[in-house]
Amino acid sequence: MRAAAQRGLWSDALRRLLANRAAATSLLGLALLAGIAIVGPGLSPYAPDQLDWSMMGSPPDWASRHWLGTDRLGRDLYVRTLHGARVSLAIALQATLVSLLIGVTWGAIAGYAGGRIDEVMMRFVDVLYALPNIFFVIILTVVFERSPMLLFLAIGAVGWLTMARVVRGQALSLRHREFVEAAVSCGAGPGRVVFRHLVPNLLGPVVVYATLMIPQMILIESFLSFLGIGIQEPLASLGNLISDGAAEMESAPWILAVPATCLVLIVFCFNFLGDGLRDALDPREY
Amino acid sequence: MVGYALKRLLGAIPTLAVIVVVTFLLVRLAPGGPFDEEQPLPPEIRANLEAAYGLDQPLTVQLARYLRGLLRGDFGPSFKFKDFSVTELIATGLPVSLTLGSVAMLLAVLLGVPLGVVSALRHNRPTDHLVMGLAVLGIAVPVFVVAPLAALVFGIYLDWLPVAGWTPGEWRDIVLPATTLGLPVIAYVARLTRGSMLESLRSPFVRAACARGVPRTRRIWLHALPAALAPVVSYLGPAAAAVLTGSLVVETIFGLPGLGRYLVQGALNRDYTLVMGMVIVYAAMMILLNLLVDIAYAWLDPRVRPGTRH
Repeated sequence: MRAAAQRGLWSDALRRLLANRAAATSLLGLALLAGIAIVGPGLSPYAPDQLDWSMMGSPPDWASRHWLGTDRLGRDLYVRTLHGARVSLAIALQATLVSLLIGVTWGAIAGYAGGRIDEVMMRFVDVLYALPNIFFVIILTVVFERSPMLLFLAIGAVGWLTMARVVRGQALSLRHREFVEAAVSCGAGPGRVVFRHLVPNLLGPVVVYATLMIPQMILIESFLSFLGIGIQEPLASLGNLISDGAAEMESAPWILAVPATCLVLIVFCFNFLGDGLRDALDPREY
Repeated sequence: MVGYALKRLLGAIPTLAVIVVVTFLLVRLAPGGPFDEEQPLPPEIRANLEAAYGLDQPLTVQLARYLRGLLRGDFGPSFKFKDFSVTELIATGLPVSLTLGSVAMLLAVLLGVPLGVVSALRHNRPTDHLVMGLAVLGIAVPVFVVAPLAALVFGIYLDWLPVAGWTPGEWRDIVLPATTLGLPVIAYVARLTRGSMLESLRSPFVRAACARGVPRTRRIWLHALPAALAPVVSYLGPAAAAVLTGSLVVETIFGLPGLGRYLVQGALNRDYTLVMGMVIVYAAMMILLNLLVDIAYAWLDPRVRPGTRH
């Protein structure tokens, strides 16, 4: 019998992920979309805020190189949608990162500490759960200046609740395991135990949940931009492009169709990828 | 049962109180004030205005005053809708939002559950694949994309239903907004129902009913379905959150004079009292809905029902 090649948890998971057709396609699709969003605008002769006076509200037209048409002000829709996708993706990724930092820290501390501290910390999470988090984001955007930077901070600052619950559950189940006791008996302080020993061991569910969080964040950002509370003109985001399109859809449906398709594609891909990751990292599901 | 409901209702009060205090403090964290106009006001006028709204008092005094007002049902004056108190705006908007939300939730249950059951009965056949495919679409396509499309197709191309506006008692006004609002929830309920129905159809008690000669229709709807409803009921809480959030967009797109529109306009105008009032009302609705869901859950599932002994 040949010795099995050494395989760790992560390489195993990767193999399972790539065997899942929907997830692998989504991963490829996302990579492609991200690539186009980065390189694509450079291929067009137009800038995102450039007005083409001769082609206002034009449908897709190859001769003038407005591949996906223009909006009411004559701005190239292809370039604007890709810029919007960049902004939306960047904000979603940063917001996820912020939520990740807060949620993992909060949950790991609560779970490791246990007892009274855990109860108080999780009760706070329960209370904030009572209100859909979009409302907190709206309050934060009312209170602070509207800028892309604060937008992702605000979205991230309210998105960490579920993450905290997931991590706390994991931390609770891990805190009496031998490796934690070993670390404690070697003289590691609580901070070191939590961040050097506990957190690396609960990354599996965190990665899955983070992947599923990104599309949520994209939707929240687009939602706010659609309502006019998020990203402001002249900066494009998928949300405010869809909002523009919705206003013009009767006479120029492509202004809505282009960004809406892009958004739906991104959200679809992330959802399938997240589901695939969950199956890949949690073999019990099979 | 009544005791349980009362206990839960009392337990909701601290939650609401914390939300009120947190939103109040968040709003007061703001670097600017409601009277920061493009042209700065003369200091005397500004001082007078602030005194009139009580903004010159220390924070704790303001909070106490606001809380006392809330207990009397007074949400304070709106800063930007001059001549209107927030309470008046809530009174005009709440009925609209409540109607819209409850119709959407009702649609979700009345359409989602049967769709899920049919899907489960036709497991892995074309009907099942069609329903579940549509469900995935319904979940992934956000309300702010569906709503304009629905308005375009049914309101303008087909001209079946009005695209905007609200006349009390006119049911045609609410069909389009409530359906688009309910769509993701319908889809999710259908998926949940299908999953738990598949499980419940295979369970021993349904087979026992079959063996006893209980007719098929009765077996499906009266034996298998009630047992399969638990996950759907517990999803209704998050569903209510989704509906409330979605109603912000739907009310804006279809021009309904509900709470959502005031919240959005309040946010755009930085009308602090208005936004706070709306958030408190939404939070109260959320908490109440979750309470109802828990009670319904306890009523449906005897294992959770408090006070029963086995």
